[in-house]
Amino acid sequence: MTPRLAWLLMAPALSVMAVVAAFPIAWTAWESLHLHDLRMPWLGRPFIGFDNYLATLGAPRVREALGHTALFVVLTVTLELAAGLVLAVILDRVTRARGLVRTLVLLPWAVPTVVGALVWRFIFESPAGLASTVVAGLGAVPPTWFADAAAAWLPLVLADAWKTTPFVAILLLAGLQTIDRALYDAATVDGASPWRQFTDITLPLLTPTLLVAALFRTLDAFRVFDLVYVMTGGGPGTATEPLALLTYTTLLQHLQFGLGAALSMLMFTGSFLIALAAIRLFGRRALLEPAG
Amino acid sequence: MTPRLLASIGSTLVVAAIAFPLYWALVASLTPENQLFGALSLVPATLVLDHYRALFDTRDFWTPIRNSLVVATSTTVLAVTLGAGCAYALARVRFRGRTAILAAVLAISMFPQIAIVSPLFLVLRAAGLLNTYPGLVLPYLTFAMPLTIWLLVGFFRQLPPQLEEAAFMDGASPLRTLREVVLPLAGPGLATTAILTFLYSWNEFLFALSFALGPDRYTVPVAIALFRGQYQVPWGEILAASTVATVPVAVIVLVAQRRIVSGLTAGAVKG
Repeated sequence: MTPRLAWLLMAPALSVMAVVAAFPIAWTAWESLHLHDLRMPWLGRPFIGFDNYLATLGAPRVREALGHTALFVVLTVTLELAAGLVLAVILDRVTRARGLVRTLVLLPWAVPTVVGALVWRFIFESPAGLASTVVAGLGAVPPTWFADAAAAWLPLVLADAWKTTPFVAILLLAGLQTIDRALYDAATVDGASPWRQFTDITLPLLTPTLLVAALFRTLDAFRVFDLVYVMTGGGPGTATEPLALLTYTTLLQHLQFGLGAALSMLMFTGSFLIALAAIRLFGRRALLEPAG
Repeated sequence: MTPRLLASIGSTLVVAAIAFPLYWALVASLTPENQLFGALSLVPATLVLDHYRALFDTRDFWTPIRNSLVVATSTTVLAVTLGAGCAYALARVRFRGRTAILAAVLAISMFPQIAIVSPLFLVLRAAGLLNTYPGLVLPYLTFAMPLTIWLLVGFFRQLPPQLEEAAFMDGASPLRTLREVVLPLAGPGLATTAILTFLYSWNEFLFALSFALGPDRYTVPVAIALFRGQYQVPWGEILAASTVATVPVAVIVLVAQRRIVSGLTAGAVKG
């Protein structure tokens, strides 16, 4: 096949992506340098250089949203990698009803995030939801989960972990299954304990897969929107508001398109830096060559 | 107790815990509204269909279901059709700029959706496409195209090139080779790609929330998220709707779990 035909085959897909993805990003970058407030059309759309960026970086609400996003990323990614690893080891040993087990484990990943978020919000409803009943049953006083700036994080993090740990586990399980069983047999013959086998064989050989899972999860957690929108709306107040939700509010509720574009670019840059760090970590080829 | 038995009890408990929240929601969706809190038990004494009836009789939940089906199916068909040609070229032909295109595709799949919401909003508004099906399908292609291209490049690479070379030797044109030799062989890969694209489109929330302006075009996730009761949160109906939204997903997972797993792990694990 000639390169000419290759370009012809790619043309439709590439044009679509240019129109719906590349052009909008370029437009956002340009928009972020303008004062553009849809509620005040009489101001026009003057070029103001980097003023939007200065305004966003100086705003306490933006800095807090950045902090919430970082907290969410650290809590969920750590929890999901740990739980995913445990789940992968368990799934690796399941011998009976594998199909049923796999279906049940995949379900949380496959349901819409909105559904998962609502189910968990129902569980954490105050005062008589399941979570409060359980906490009260243990003899403690349950907090009013979503009205408490600290307690509201628990349902958020739990719901995210429930939803995405299966994804991490599926990746890690595939990694586990590429490890040569002979290594374990040899280690058993040498008298290595199961724990020692885990730390000295499984973990090192699983590290590349763990890193890929960490990258996917970090990128996803960094742009978290659906879950928070549905569960807490960023509240109480703005106590759980991540960057994506603040950007959404700025754009589509306050209609401050210039300011919102600057926030969007901030998020875009953040994702870019995370991906760049990952490429540094894995090497370029590992990411740019789809497995075949 | 043997360690084996202990381990199998342990794994059963873990799997049960993972499935529990959805079971709890299912039970609640069948429970009368006044017993939803406090009185709810693991094995319900009475089951009622009131919430489902309300969902379809008074809330017209068919409309969001239809919208979601139309949008997710159109997105899947478009993305897989356009993506297949592009992926085939990327998988089989060495040409200048190939790595750059793969990098761009990967970059688009990674960037946050929120970053393009406002330009898409203005473009769709200018084109008169806000609150229409194309106004959702086009934005959905921003994640569907990179997904299909990336998965299909991987699948096409797994096909042996000899068959195509033979067809080519016999005088078949490249397009005919693609249509009559490659695509039939790539069936499983195309199916996997289509299933994942459909799931992602069925579940999408941010674009639908931003570009579907009225109940006539709400997708299932948007409709559920925006349920309002007169005085309080209508939990019974919300959970009934959540159950309804989960049914097609559960069927897909049950039937296609192997494909889903292979699609999710494609590219992430080097054998």
